[in-house]
Amino acid sequence: MGESILTASQAYIPLEAYILVSLIMFFAGVYGFLVRRSVLLMLISVELMLNAADLNFAAINRYLYPEHSEGFFFALFTIAIAACETAVAIAIFINAYRNLQSVKVNSISTLKE
Amino acid sequence: MQYALVILLLPLLNFLVTGLMDTRWKARVAGTISTVAIAVITLLSYVTAYEYFTTRFQDGSYQAFIPFELNWLRFTDTLQVKLGLLLDPISVMMLVVVTTVSLMVHLYSLSYMKGERGFERYYAFLSLFTFSMLGLVVATNIFQMYIFWELVGVSSYLLIGFYYTRPAAVAAAKKAFIVTRFADLFFLAGILLLSYYTQTFDFTALTSGDGRMFGTIGSLTFMGGSVLSWAMALIFIGGAGKSALFPLHIWLPDAMEGPTPVSALIHAATMVVAGVYLVARLFPVYAVQTPEVLHGIAYTGLFTALFSAVIACVQTDIKRVLAFSTISQIGFMMVGLGVSGYGAHEGLGYMASLFHLFTHAMFKALLFLGAGSVIHAVHSNSMDDMGQLRKRMPVTHLTFLVACLAIAGIPPFSGFFSKDEILAAAFHFSPPVGWILSGIAGLTAFYMFRLYYNIFWNDKPPTSRHAEHPVHESPALMTLPLIVLALITLVAGFIPFGRFVTSDRGLYTISLDWQVAASSILIALAGIGLATVLYRRNNDKPARLKLKFAGLHEAATHRFYIDEIYLFLTKKVVFNSISRPLAWFDRHIVDGFMNLLATVSNRVSVRIKGIQSGHIQQYAWVFLFATLAIAGILLFVV
Repeated sequence: MGESILTASQAYIPLEAYILVSLIMFFAGVYGFLVRRSVLLMLISVELMLNAADLNFAAINRYLYPEHSEGFFFALFTIAIAACETAVAIAIFINAYRNLQSVKVNSISTLKE
Repeated sequence: MQYALVILLLPLLNFLVTGLMDTRWKARVAGTISTVAIAVITLLSYVTAYEYFTTRFQDGSYQAFIPFELNWLRFTDTLQVKLGLLLDPISVMMLVVVTTVSLMVHLYSLSYMKGERGFERYYAFLSLFTFSMLGLVVATNIFQMYIFWELVGVSSYLLIGFYYTRPAAVAAAKKAFIVTRFADLFFLAGILLLSYYTQTFDFTALTSGDGRMFGTIGSLTFMGGSVLSWAMALIFIGGAGKSALFPLHIWLPDAMEGPTPVSALIHAATMVVAGVYLVARLFPVYAVQTPEVLHGIAYTGLFTALFSAVIACVQTDIKRVLAFSTISQIGFMMVGLGVSGYGAHEGLGYMASLFHLFTHAMFKALLFLGAGSVIHAVHSNSMDDMGQLRKRMPVTHLTFLVACLAIAGIPPFSGFFSKDEILAAAFHFSPPVGWILSGIAGLTAFYMFRLYYNIFWNDKPPTSRHAEHPVHESPALMTLPLIVLALITLVAGFIPFGRFVTSDRGLYTISLDWQVAASSILIALAGIGLATVLYRRNNDKPARLKLKFAGLHEAATHRFYIDEIYLFLTKKVVFNSISRPLAWFDRHIVDGFMNLLATVSNRVSVRIKGIQSGHIQQYAWVFLFATLAIAGILLFVV
């Protein structure tokens, strides 16, 4: 379906390539979030998933709706929110480390009690 | 006669004031206020009685009069509960009786209860009782009567249990309350039945002589009796509970654990005659609609009178003797009502019964107050600790003698006249009933003089207590009520009672039936003579008689084992066969089901608790697979 919209002069890289990269990044993030035990690495994995989504936004906006720019704005929003989220997360990690002397995710299970 | 309302409200106000009074006030203040309040309402009752009997006689009969009525609860157009004052001959008479005895008891208690802990509490309860009793007698409808009926039950409970540190008093209070409450259950059922079919609670409507309202109920039958008979019998059971008729009499002897003036007021003169009053109140219904129930009442009364007179002959606690004598005399009143018919001459028993209620209230209160005076001096309830008191307590002795002569039926004391009328009515009804009743009158004379001689004559060896405290006459505040009541007892027999209270509210001239009177005097003298021979001096005749009739004596001492039968019935039969299985069902089935629910939830929770590991990555796994599963379903299934 991409061919019908993209002209040959514009389409050096097909949209599918962007989506493929985005997919790889996303599942790398999922994998990292599920198997890494360090909360810092899990945070990085979350950032990876967010960036995959950003890439999708930007690529799809550029390829499918060139005359609009909502996708870019969403990507910028996500980046800003990811920054805030990282700041909060790091703050929580520091506090968790102070209390538990560890940043391993398995040791942070006391909320259950 | 609007002021009659004050008679009711003043004791209530007084109850609130003395009940809520700061204990830092002198206890004496509570007693004084209460006594003054009672004196005021006594005066008002006399004024009411005077005005009623002088102004309300029209067309050959006294007209019932309602000076005040309030529509209290309005459920539907036909079902309404009113509160009000009903003045008619019997309620006015009861006003006089209740306030007079209450005033005497209030005066007497000022001295008798002096220095007791809870003096102001005692007076508050007395006021509550007076209020309830007055509310009961002036009730305009049967529902109002029921309310006050329960209130007198509560005040009786509170006063019997006045010495709440004594286990016996607490048990007696509980027993009195439970037994009367049990009877009141039947009373309530009777009220509901009666008012359901007649569509009214009002006494004036029920007793108007208009038989139409009983039209439908009379034709309905249940287990061989008409529904009306059942209703009236159930109402009578309520009265029997309050009036301590056999077999519901068991609470009254135990109620003697209360302070003696309370026994005089509640358990001799006023509350226990509430049952008699109830039957008298509904008398036209009993007499005209359900004569068979009325005859049942007569036989119940007769048996009760005989039964308790026999027990009274062997009791050694002087208050218990008086208690059984009270039960016996109430039996007399019930016989009087039961043998009576409705109408001018047929209604002799009705008039006699209420006359006896009036005179009995006075002389029995006198007997109890006299007994209280003796107990106050001797510090014991037992006859064995008494004897030879006639010189040391002359006033108590003389007044007690007057009361004994009155209850024994010796002219010219009041009891003779009223009892003679009852006997005459009984002979008119059926001679055997009359002879049995005469015999019981003889027994009455015997046990009263046994009591009298044992207290005031018999020179038993003095107990150690006598030596420590020389017995002397009670203070003037206690002897004054005795003298007043003795004077009333002397003159009350000459009141032309038939001019005031009759079954059809007309006039009736009492004429002594000298044949009956002579025989009853002879029987009474025989009873007194026997008591004189046996108990005037200390001798061994009573002991020998006791040996001769060992079985009877033993049974009578144990009150014919009625209490034991009750205990057997309740503890063994009811508790074991009904309460225990029910308790088991409740504990194991009902509770068990609830416990099962709780256990199952608990177990399940423990099992699935592991899922909530707190490990965030496990959650993420679940989340991931669930997302994939949903995506898969959306893709391939939908």
